[in-house]
Amino acid sequence: MSTILIFEQLLNGVQFGVMLFLMAAGLTLIFGVMGLINLAHGSLYMVGAFAAAAVAGLTGSFVLALMAALAAAALLGAVIEVTVIRRLYDSDHLDQVLATFALILIFSEGTRWLFGSFPLFLDIPEALSGPVTLPGGIQYPLYRLALIGAGLLVAAGLWLLIERTRLGIQIRAGENDREMIAALGVDISKLYTLVFALGAALAGLAGALVGAIQSVQVGMGEPVLILAFVVIVIGGIGSIKGAFIGALLVGLTDTLVGIFLPEVLKLFMEAAPATSAGSAIASMSIYILMSLVLIWRPSGLFGARA
Amino acid sequence: MNRETLFNAALLLGLIAVPAWAVIADEPFTITLATRAVILALAAAGLNIALGIGGLVSLGHAVFFGIGGYAMGILAYHAQSYSSLMDWPLVIEGTKSMPVIWIVAMIVSALAALVIGVLSLRTTGAYFIMITLAFGQMFYYFAISWSAYGGEDGMSIYVRNDFPGLNTLVPIQFYGLCLVVLLLVLLLSARLRRAPFGLALDSAQAVGLDPMRLKLVAFVISGVITGLAGALYADLNRFVSPTMFSWQLSGELMVLVILGGVGRLFGPVAGAVAFVALEHFLGGLTEFWHIFLGLILLAVVMFARGGLTGLIAGRELRHD
Amino acid sequence: MKKLVLASAAATLAATAAMADIKVGMITTLSGGGASLGIDTRDGFMLAIEEAGRDDVEVVIEDDQRKPDIAVQLADKMIQSEKVDVLTGIVWSNLAMAVVPATTAQGLFYLSTNAAPAQLAGKGCNPNYFAVSYQNDNLHEGAGAYATKAGFKNTFILAPNYPAGHDSLNGFKRYYKGDLAGEVYTKLGQTDYAAEIAQIRASGADSVFFFLPGGMGISFLKQYADSGVDLPVVGPAFSFDQGILQAVGEAALGVKNASTWSKDLDNAANTAFVTAFEQKYDRLPSIYAAQGYDTANLLLSAIDKADINDDAAFAAALKAADFASVRGDFSFAANNHPIQNVYVREVIKEGDIFTNKIVDTALEDHSNAYVDACKM
Repeated sequence: MSTILIFEQLLNGVQFGVMLFLMAAGLTLIFGVMGLINLAHGSLYMVGAFAAAAVAGLTGSFVLALMAALAAAALLGAVIEVTVIRRLYDSDHLDQVLATFALILIFSEGTRWLFGSFPLFLDIPEALSGPVTLPGGIQYPLYRLALIGAGLLVAAGLWLLIERTRLGIQIRAGENDREMIAALGVDISKLYTLVFALGAALAGLAGALVGAIQSVQVGMGEPVLILAFVVIVIGGIGSIKGAFIGALLVGLTDTLVGIFLPEVLKLFMEAAPATSAGSAIASMSIYILMSLVLIWRPSGLFGARA
Repeated sequence: MNRETLFNAALLLGLIAVPAWAVIADEPFTITLATRAVILALAAAGLNIALGIGGLVSLGHAVFFGIGGYAMGILAYHAQSYSSLMDWPLVIEGTKSMPVIWIVAMIVSALAALVIGVLSLRTTGAYFIMITLAFGQMFYYFAISWSAYGGEDGMSIYVRNDFPGLNTLVPIQFYGLCLVVLLLVLLLSARLRRAPFGLALDSAQAVGLDPMRLKLVAFVISGVITGLAGALYADLNRFVSPTMFSWQLSGELMVLVILGGVGRLFGPVAGAVAFVALEHFLGGLTEFWHIFLGLILLAVVMFARGGLTGLIAGRELRHD
Repeated sequence: MKKLVLASAAATLAATAAMADIKVGMITTLSGGGASLGIDTRDGFMLAIEEAGRDDVEVVIEDDQRKPDIAVQLADKMIQSEKVDVLTGIVWSNLAMAVVPATTAQGLFYLSTNAAPAQLAGKGCNPNYFAVSYQNDNLHEGAGAYATKAGFKNTFILAPNYPAGHDSLNGFKRYYKGDLAGEVYTKLGQTDYAAEIAQIRASGADSVFFFLPGGMGISFLKQYADSGVDLPVVGPAFSFDQGILQAVGEAALGVKNASTWSKDLDNAANTAFVTAFEQKYDRLPSIYAAQGYDTANLLLSAIDKADINDDAAFAAALKAADFASVRGDFSFAANNHPIQNVYVREVIKEGDIFTNKIVDTALEDHSNAYVDACKM
């Protein structure tokens, strides 16, 4: 196992983690500010990817496609916040889980009704396609590097937004004390809609960015949603910093265990059962990681102490 | 008699009358549908104990459903292939006997619920939802890669297992068996809700009991019942597969409970009957029936908080 | 005792069916993920039924949502309520394993339009069960034979970690004579293959074989094309089929894939089929549509020859395979699985549409590895 391969796998893990962060950031923000568990977050990811694929198909422009993904997801997010989600803030988690589960059913089949059952096509823009050679002779796809860059950029922007802007102060206030922001004269319902749309837009962006290297199809959102939940639970629900660390941990664990565990097992057993057992354990690895973290710290790495 | 009791009685009457009609009219598939509803109601009744009595929102109850299913699948598989389950340290043979299978399913579910419960109950709220979901995923991926028992393909059992004195292959006899099990479990949950256990959960500290331990007991009972339902469901289909562990199934179980009315004794029954009916009739009308199912669920959450039972029988919860 | 009850139940069923026309139950995936495969199966099957223009064959179609438990219940419904004579249409092996044994045990016929797992070809074979499509391993064996023929010496192979994935790699290895640069099982439903592609790059392989059905294959191919790893790729037809190719795009161009059917196969039945399908549904047919079409035609040919209530006679009529297959020469091996050619196709672009053309024949009159294990 060469150092080049290990380094490349590290990059892959980071890239996966950064994309998970885009999903997890919205989820954790929405939970932190409004106390809402949103299972339909994966649907917003799917909507972003479909919007991007549709616009890219019509115009051929990747930039327009990304903007369409952001706009479509944010708009849909705002619409469901106003019509459905708003009524759930005071409900218990049970109602939230069920209502947003219902939204998944509606969006998944609705998308299939609109776009049909066949997967859509969305490609990497010409300028970002192909591999580049990194120092040390590592060949790495440029687009994946761009994904890492874009993810880090969004993370930095989010940090600035929350730490340095008026909106950020309101969001942080909302996490701590809802009555206080009302006293500050902030229109709470507008703030909530805005936060929800922001989270939705991040999910839509992730869907479009990832859609270009994966398959754009109905049901693409739920596997990512479950991973994003794992991320925010590890990081501590409501914490953006936690989501970032959690996303990187999950991305790296999933990538590295999947690759190296079968190799390690091969030292002890025959090749075929080792690959099989290794990949079986690897597919459970992040859930094991999550359980371990929760046993150690029941409210996640950076969660508020219960 | 208040309206909820009437509603429950009507539901019960329907569970007896409809299959009886189906026997006379020679519509065996109606009985199959009713059996499916009764078994799902049983699984949901298990979840209802965790949700309604223990206040534990578990998004991983498919774990127990799947364990029950695999208990049936593994035992019956070894019985039908005349191979032993284990040769060392002691020989364990498979079996086609339902009571034995049920006991195994319940014991294994109890053990799993105990372990998952001890670990998960360290957390609360959203964390609890997520960690139960994660345990569900762990079992799901394990089952997929467990090639000895079919992996993702699952296992087919060619003939339904036996119950002493019954011919379980006759749909109405198997249905009757499932219905009796469901009624017994409902009786048990009714007793649980009364003192001392249900009350103790509400006022544990006052009585000086450890609320954590009580919640754990509620979780284990809940898991055992859902596990039993899994074994019956596997026998209904004569088939088990990892989809019994999927998170969608956990979600659907929750849908059943809420559709019927959380914490209501007959809520899971109403929810399961409504769900199976919707699936059957809407599914026959359009390929996109999930859209309508979603809309109905949304309407229930937003406008009918007590679920169907609440809608029909009024909003006040029983205080008995 | 139990068997007796089963048998008598089946006998009553058959007796009631005799009064009516032939009733076919189709269980296939029409909603949720994978619906495109079921829709093509259905459309191909129904095209043949309509072309035959006969009103004595009734087809009942139900959606299994790709869930095995739903499939089992639909089979119960079809058998108990609809009282069908034949079941067909299941796309996925795990659903077939849930439905087929129980169906044939009740004395009904099952004609597979796609899924044909090893268990049902070997020890679990049944005179009432016919795989009209292939045996699951066939396309992988074809890919293996092609890899050998193309002179690959060091191939990297990967598939998802589930039974069909294991069968796939074993099928490939059965006909591949070179060395393996690596053998990897991925997570089922995985969408990111960066790690595996990095392994391929580091392994010193001279070629790649993969079996990743559905969205997994789309993701893999797009990421592979962008990775700069420039090794030839071989796979079974599933990831290069008409329904999926448009979503893969340029990334699939030039890839060789093994298939028992292609739209440019040169025989009269196929030309007529492709034209009629395009005309009726306004899209190119996929292999699933072709298999659905063949299944319907096989069934029609047997209905003309024998009474469906006479199990032995009807099975013999099916086994004669006396119909014009869109795949050309077609017959059944002893275990009721096809003997047919496995072709090598190359992905090309025709105008704006990505499609396949045949470039070679990997295996001629190919049967399957389980014939000897089948005792019937």
